[in-house]
Amino acid sequence: MSGLSFNDVSKRFGTSTVVDRFTLDVAEGEFVALVGPSGCGKTTSLRILAGLEEASAGQLLVGARDVTELPARDRNLAMVFQSYALYPHMTAAQNIGFALSLQGLDKVTITDRVQRAADRLAIGHLLERRPKELSGGQRQRVAVARCIVREPAAFLFDEPLSNLDAKLRGTARVEIARLQKTLGITTLYVTHDQVEAMTMADRVVLMDAGRIRQIGTPMQLYHHPVDLFVATFLGSPAMNLLAGEVRHDRGEVRFSAPGLDLRLPETTHCAPGPVTLGLRPEALERMPTAPDRIALTGVVDHVEHLGAETLVQFAVQGSRDASMTARIPGGWPVRAGAPVTLSAAHVALHLFDATGSAVALHFAGSARASVGQRVPA
Amino acid sequence: MTVALKIGRVSASRNAQLRAEAAAGYAFVTPALILIMVLLIAPIVVVLLLSLTDYQLGALEWSWVGLANYSDMLGDRIFLRSLGNTFIYVAIVVPGSVVLGLLVAILVQERTKSKAIYQTIFFLPVTTTLIAMSVVWHFLLNPSLGPITSLTRALGLGEFDVFGDPDLVLVGLAVIGIWQLVGFNMILFLAGLTAIPRDLYDAADIDGADGAWDRFARVTWPMLGPTTLFVVVTTTITAFRVFDTVAVITRGNPQGRSDVLLYTLYKVGFQDFNMGPASAMTIAFLVFVLVIALAQAFLIDRRTHY
Repeated sequence: MSGLSFNDVSKRFGTSTVVDRFTLDVAEGEFVALVGPSGCGKTTSLRILAGLEEASAGQLLVGARDVTELPARDRNLAMVFQSYALYPHMTAAQNIGFALSLQGLDKVTITDRVQRAADRLAIGHLLERRPKELSGGQRQRVAVARCIVREPAAFLFDEPLSNLDAKLRGTARVEIARLQKTLGITTLYVTHDQVEAMTMADRVVLMDAGRIRQIGTPMQLYHHPVDLFVATFLGSPAMNLLAGEVRHDRGEVRFSAPGLDLRLPETTHCAPGPVTLGLRPEALERMPTAPDRIALTGVVDHVEHLGAETLVQFAVQGSRDASMTARIPGGWPVRAGAPVTLSAAHVALHLFDATGSAVALHFAGSARASVGQRVPA
Repeated sequence: MTVALKIGRVSASRNAQLRAEAAAGYAFVTPALILIMVLLIAPIVVVLLLSLTDYQLGALEWSWVGLANYSDMLGDRIFLRSLGNTFIYVAIVVPGSVVLGLLVAILVQERTKSKAIYQTIFFLPVTTTLIAMSVVWHFLLNPSLGPITSLTRALGLGEFDVFGDPDLVLVGLAVIGIWQLVGFNMILFLAGLTAIPRDLYDAADIDGADGAWDRFARVTWPMLGPTTLFVVVTTTITAFRVFDTVAVITRGNPQGRSDVLLYTLYKVGFQDFNMGPASAMTIAFLVFVLVIALAQAFLIDRRTHY
C-alpha cells in the first residue's frame, strides 16, 4: 500500500488534449474520487495511471517508485472496470485467482487467498460459477475480489457501479466505501455520479475538459466552489442562479437584476459589473427577513412532495424568467399558484464574476459551514 | 344461471377466436412449409427411395433391391478408396484453412489503414469460380509449362508433377482448397475478434498477461471458441464436398489416388447411369454431413458459448 502521484501528466491524441497537466497527490490510504461530465478526461487519467494508456508528458508515482515507463503488470495496481471485464470462460475462482496464477504461486496458496477474498465479499459460495451464471451485483463483487486478492498498492475503480440498478448501487456504494476503510487501501475512483463522489471519497477531484477545476473534500467543493462549473455540477437539484449586476451605492454593495434589488454583505469583494448570484435550494428558507438575509418573493409554479422534503419551484417576482427551486421541510403546506416569500442567509450566498470565478463574500474563517442550519433570526 | 350462461358464451367466443388465430397461424406457415417439403425433404426422400432400387438413368424398368446397394457400396473398393481420400483431404484442408484464416485475421485486425485492402485481397479467392481457378492452378503447377515448376527448378529443388504424383496429388488439391477457404474463414474470425471486449485485454494487462502469446492463449483463443467451432464445422462440410478441382484437374487420377466421394458419386450416377448405387452414396454423404452438424448442435455448442 502506498500513495499515488500524478505530476503534470498530459495526454494528447493528435491535436486534441484529453488530459491537460494533471497534477494530483493521493495520500496513503486515501479515497479520492475523480468526477466530471463524460469526456472530461477522468477515465483517461485513471487508465494512464494503470498503464493502459501512455502519458504524452508527465510523471507517475506509486509510492516513491516512478512507474511512468513501467508496463501495467509491474505497477502493482488493481482495477475494477465498468464492464467488470471478467473472463467469461473462467469460473469466479479462476477469475479472482488469475493474476496470482500468472505470478506462479502454488495452487494451495491461490485457493486459500481466493477463498479469503471471496468470503470478505460474501461470494464464497459462488466461486465455481461462470460470470454468465452470476447477477450484475455478484459480478461486481467478483471484480472487486479480483482486486483485493492481489493485495496491490492501490485500487483503481472505473465507474464500477454504473451497470447496477439504483437500489443495488446504494448498497454497493456503502460496501465499497466500508471495504476501503477496513483495508485502508489507497483508492482512486472514477465516476460521473456526484452522489458517489460526495458520499464515498475523502477528497474529490472535479474535472472538466481535461483539466482539474477543483480539488477538495466533498464539503469544501459543495460549500466553496471555486467557479460556476463546480457550483452547478455538484448538488441536486442544482444551485439556483440569477444573472444580474453588482453596484456600489452609498457604502452598500447591492445586487440588482430586472425587478430585484438585494443588499449583499458589506464584506463582498466585488467590483461593480455583471455577476451571477448562486443559491443552493436548501438555502432558501421560510424565515422572516433580517439584515443578514436576502428575501425573494414569487409565485409557486410547481411543487414536488418527496415526503421528508418538498421541492418548490417558484417564479421570482419582478424577474421575468428567473425560476428557482427551494428545498423545504416536507411538513409545510405549499400549493401551486400561491404567493411565497423565502429568505436566504448572507452566508449561504455564492457570487460569481463575469468569468465565472467565485467572488469572496466573506473574510477568512467564513461561517459557510453553517449553511443549512437554522441561523437565529 | 345467467352467470353460467354468460361464462359459457364467453368461453365459446374465446374458443372461436383461438381457432381463428390457429388457422391464421397455419396459413402463414403453409407457404414456407410447402417450399421446405418440395425443395428439401422431397428430394431426400426420392434419393432414399432410389437407393433401394436398381434404377438406371433413362431406364423404363426398375425393381426394388432392398439394401443391396448399401452392402455393395461397403464392399466397393473404389467407394472406400474415395471415402479415405476425402477424409485425408478434409484432414489437410480443415486445420490448414482454419489456422491460416485465424492467423491472417489476427494480422489483418491489427492493421488500421490497410485493413480493408488486406481483407479484400484475402477474400478474393472466395468470390472466384473454383472451376475457372482450377484451370489456372493446373497451369501454375504444370510440370513442363507452369511458372511454379520453373521457380522450383531455378531454386534447384527439382521438378514436381503435383497432379501426376500419387503421393502429392491430394496435397496439391488440398492447397487449392485451403487457398479458397482462408479468406472466408478470415472474415468469420475477424467478426469474432471484433466481438471480444477491449476491457478483457486491459484486465489481462493489469493481471500480468501482457505478452502477445499470453494474450492470445488466455483471452483471444478462449473467446474465439464459438467462432472457431462454427468455422471448423462449415469448413469441414465444405471440404467434404470437394468436387470442382478433382473434376477439372485430375479426374480421380493418378491411379485413383484423387478419387473423392462426390466425384465417385458423379461418375457412378452420371457416367455409368447407376442411380441406385449413386443414391446410396448420396445418403452416406448426407449422413456424414448430418453427423458433423449434429456434433456442433449438441456436443460442443453448449460448452463454448458464454
